[in-house]
Amino acid sequence: MKYLDEFRNPQLIAKAVDEICGLADPRRQYRLMEVCGGHTHAIYRFGLKDLLPPNIELIHGPGCPVCVLPMGRIDDGLAIAAQPDVIFAAFGDMMRVPGTHGSPLEHKARGMDVRVIYSPSDAIKLAQSNPGKHVMFFAIGFETTAPSTALTLLRARAEGLHNFSVFCNHVTIIPAIRAILDSPDMRIDGFIGPGHVSTVIGCRPYEWVARNEGKPIVVSGFEPLDLLQSIAMILSQLQKGESKVENQYKRVVPWEGNGAALRWMADVFQLRPYFEWRGLGFISQSALRIRESFAEWDAEQRFHVPGVSVTDPKAAQCGEVLKGVLKPSQCKLFGRECTPDNPVGSLMVSSEGSCAAYYNYELRKNPKESSLCTLA
Amino acid sequence: MHASLSGRASESRGERAVPGIRFRDPQIEMAHGAGGSASRRLVEGLFAPMLFGPRSEPLSDAARVTIDGTRLALTTDAFVVTPLTFPGGSIGELAVNGTVNDLAVSGARAEAMVVTFVLEAGLPTSVLQAEIQAMADASRRAGVRIAGGDTKVVEHGKADGMYITTTGVGSFLPGVEIDPKSVRPGDKILLSGWIGDHGVTILLARGDLALESDIRSDTRSVFPLVEAATLAAAPGIRWMRDPTRGGVATALNELARDCGLGVVVSEDLIPVRDAVRGACELLGLDPLHIANEGQFLAVVAPEFADAAVRALRKVPGGEGSRIIGDVREQPAGSVLVANSYGGSRIVDMLVGDPLPRIC
Amino acid sequence: MYAPMESDNRCRTCSAIPGKIVEVSESAHSALAEVAGVTRQVDLMLIQDENLAPGDWILIHVGFALSKITEDDALGHLHALEMVGERGAEPYEEPRAT
Repeated sequence: MKYLDEFRNPQLIAKAVDEICGLADPRRQYRLMEVCGGHTHAIYRFGLKDLLPPNIELIHGPGCPVCVLPMGRIDDGLAIAAQPDVIFAAFGDMMRVPGTHGSPLEHKARGMDVRVIYSPSDAIKLAQSNPGKHVMFFAIGFETTAPSTALTLLRARAEGLHNFSVFCNHVTIIPAIRAILDSPDMRIDGFIGPGHVSTVIGCRPYEWVARNEGKPIVVSGFEPLDLLQSIAMILSQLQKGESKVENQYKRVVPWEGNGAALRWMADVFQLRPYFEWRGLGFISQSALRIRESFAEWDAEQRFHVPGVSVTDPKAAQCGEVLKGVLKPSQCKLFGRECTPDNPVGSLMVSSEGSCAAYYNYELRKNPKESSLCTLA
Repeated sequence: MHASLSGRASESRGERAVPGIRFRDPQIEMAHGAGGSASRRLVEGLFAPMLFGPRSEPLSDAARVTIDGTRLALTTDAFVVTPLTFPGGSIGELAVNGTVNDLAVSGARAEAMVVTFVLEAGLPTSVLQAEIQAMADASRRAGVRIAGGDTKVVEHGKADGMYITTTGVGSFLPGVEIDPKSVRPGDKILLSGWIGDHGVTILLARGDLALESDIRSDTRSVFPLVEAATLAAAPGIRWMRDPTRGGVATALNELARDCGLGVVVSEDLIPVRDAVRGACELLGLDPLHIANEGQFLAVVAPEFADAAVRALRKVPGGEGSRIIGDVREQPAGSVLVANSYGGSRIVDMLVGDPLPRIC
Repeated sequence: MYAPMESDNRCRTCSAIPGKIVEVSESAHSALAEVAGVTRQVDLMLIQDENLAPGDWILIHVGFALSKITEDDALGHLHALEMVGERGAEPYEEPRAT
């Protein structure tokens, strides 16, 4: 498949691994964070950890929009959908995330009208074909997905579609990175920068990471070759004592981002003064809410929302795992009370949550005696 | 079909028996019918202790029943696929082939089956007639006799058109003893062909995703393939399974659990059609977890594996058969998928229910 | 309406996939795009400024085109990777304009 297979070429991958081994200083421990959940998934899916020398550690960041959503917001969305004649529409990622009284899927089994959709435009179609019902689209995602939601709201308004609203949980990536860097427990040497978020926001928003924090940050694609090349680029910067923003994913990410997408977002959304992130607490200016001019399509305006803040079960250490302070296996519930079959927290439900990725891909592998590189 | 293997005192390798899982879920969810881990919990934790009695043998595709000294294979299945017809097949065809295949991968030739229809009031007769015709054709192709059946009708709004259940009985092929406990490190894993076709076809046929492609269901009887493999390699065949709900990943995980060894397969050797790959990439699915209705997996002793593959490739429809991996000591109880550049990942059995009502 | 859940596969909110434009609608607001033989309508409003034509490659995310894929960049990138090891210390030069 074009633009995928070429970046899975075994010979080129072997070369990239050689290069990483050549650049990695054997006396040094490297801690690199991939911010985006899609990268977490790719790392596990392609078994990339098997290829890296043992002194390179990959720490998983909080870039999984399902994982950072506090339970209270899921409860809120389900409370809206519990109203008569409301259809709860969301991407598949949301369906098994536990709320206080069960996940959307469990509510569906008890009779709630819950539909899985592939695109926000499907939610519009649902509303058009169910005039007697109200379709509430539970929107999640970083800046990758927010423009699509924005366009969908614009369309709903243009078409005068009254039986449709969005419950907006879009969050922004920069505050999440800032929260990681501000955290006293963290020591990160460099960042693998979000790939698809950057197609929208571009590479400039990361400049403060390089300039003010002195950390290399390389915007990366999602194929094995992309990730390996990005890691090599970070190591190269570290070797030279540099810290700058680089764009490895040039074929897709424009340095300036997508102006049209940013304009549509600005038309429809504004920043919330603060928003609660699972594990990271309340972060200011980190999430989007729908503007007044679209109030009719804002589920939080159309419906009463309980708005209760629900803390995670005490024993669950979702927060620390999200920040990368703990490995998934170090959480007390991991693999025991909390498994993909019976998730306690959302990091075990979303396939990009570190816990699910670790459990599904890593847990029962034999630890490798040696990696592919031989270090002096 | 979940059957308990009737009592063979097989030697244990010190490996655990199926644990006494008690089913604790408060209500039935779609996932319990998906063929993955939730289904297994339901069967092992509720049906098995209450219906099958205290046994430690693993579950399989057909039951072995001995009547007056004659050993028969017995299987049962339900078909609730929606939509009723789809490119490459229909619910009636699935019902016949699925039953024949359960028997085939248990090492038995399907001799006869009985069929039950639960029909929704309002179902057009033409639709029913088309399904009966499809079943008649499929049973003729598969060489199995439909010996009888039953019909019930339920109110409009239930049964989604129709549900079909079947019960099939078969005679065991000579020289074939399927037992996961006979699997040894070094045994080869064979796959008969392209995976993911059926599940993706159903998904696209539902029409909600507005995806178009020319993928078709692979529904067919795998008995000719099984027969060819057993003729060539019967003493070496340890285990067989048709990877339906939950896909190849679930079937191999069941194998790994039941034999207590590791299953290691090579991603590049597993054949997936481009269009199936494309649909999976678009939808974020893994072909390894998607249902197939015309494929089978076998574990064959290494000295017989090449002969089995050669025999399979001579059967029409078996040209894609190949060895995809082997059995190893580690990772015990798990399935490892290795890629061509030195990385690998554990693949678990299906969790949740990405594709409900697939068969 | 039903669509698959990717609870154990890939998360919708991060994943995007390259697809080829088969046909652009008259309004140019949407296109039929193809991924390895599977086709679907894709909304083009986010990349309206690009001049899109059949044969162009786009990055598709939840039914919307997020970006146009630049073939030159992709090829240059692969070329650079092929050259790794043959130049020694500095493998990541910018693709040279030809």
